[in-house]
Formats: sequence, structure tokens, C-alpha cells
Amino acid sequence: MQLARVVGNVVATQKHPKFEGAKLLLVQPIGLDDMPRGTTLLAVDSVGAGVHEKVLVVIEGRAAGEALGRKVAPVDAAIIGIVDRVDIAE
Amino acid sequence: MQLAKVIGDVVATQKDANLNGLRLMVLQPLGPDLKATGRTLVAVDAIGAGVGETVFFVRGKEASFPFYPQDVPTDAGIVGIVDQVSTS
Repeated sequence: MQLARVVGNVVATQKHPKFEGAKLLLVQPIGLDDMPRGTTLLAVDSVGAGVHEKVLVVIEGRAAGEALGRKVAPVDAAIIGIVDRVDIAE
Repeated sequence: MQLAKVIGDVVATQKDANLNGLRLMVLQPLGPDLKATGRTLVAVDAIGAGVGETVFFVRGKEASFPFYPQDVPTDAGIVGIVDQVSTS
């Protein structure tokens, strides 16, 4: 799983039926220092995340489909938690 | 599977219901010399690892197998605590 920041919403009217009712968010993976790392990607959200929130993202197909609660869904990333706190040992 | 050091943990109250009760740990992957290499990531803990420990973890859907038949939505999981690594 990766830490990421939600940076936007995505609206798509014409999409695969498995996406019906799913919320699509644009997320920017971040490092432990909160700095952007890599390219932004689209993730389905089932935990009610919003723009500016720090989240946990799975970037793997079947795990993402499970988060969505749908089998064989054509997704490869999902938000599975909203981060309250990250504690790093010195 | 890959070696890593547990360097922290993540607290998330609002999360997928299948993650309830699981611990989310921040991992720094390690090379064969046990030096940090590559990007940090977050993994579910299947064996009771703690911060500061050297562990090995698995990537991919297989990371959820320790919790089978529960469908845990994870792509990385800690599956062993390393006692010792020898390289020649």
C-alpha cells in the first residue's frame, strides 16, 4: 500500500458497468515526508475520502476489486483507508 | 518476497471494513546488506511484527492469503520476522 494525497475528483458518464456508482478520485502518491512521489493515478474510493485528505491506496488489481466489492472489475487501484496519523520511529 | 525494516505504523480510523483489527506498518525495503533500498510502503501485519524489526514481506494479492477466507484488500503483507541473514 502507498500513502497518497487526494488531489481531485474524476467524473465519467460513459464507463464500464463495473464502475457504476463508484467514486473515482485522482491521487498523488507521497513519501513519508509528504512530498509527491511518482505520477498521479486514478483510484476508486469506498471509504468516503475527499480532496486534500491523506489516504492509503492499494495499487494491485484484485485487492482493488475487493475494495470495490465487485469481482473481475477492471480496476487497478483503490483507496482503502483515510490516514489519521503515521508514526515513524527515529 | 523481500527483506524490510519496520520503521513505523499507520493509524486509520476510517477504512475498509476488512482491515478492521489489522495493523498497518510502514516498511523500508532492504538490500542483501540490510541497507535501505527503494521506496517505503505500507503493509498489513500477519505475524505480529513490531517497529524496529527486520521482516520479510510479500507483494501482491498473496499478501491477503494469511487472512483467508476473509478478503483483505491489501497488496503487501508482512509474513515473517527475520532472525538472521547470511550472505557470502
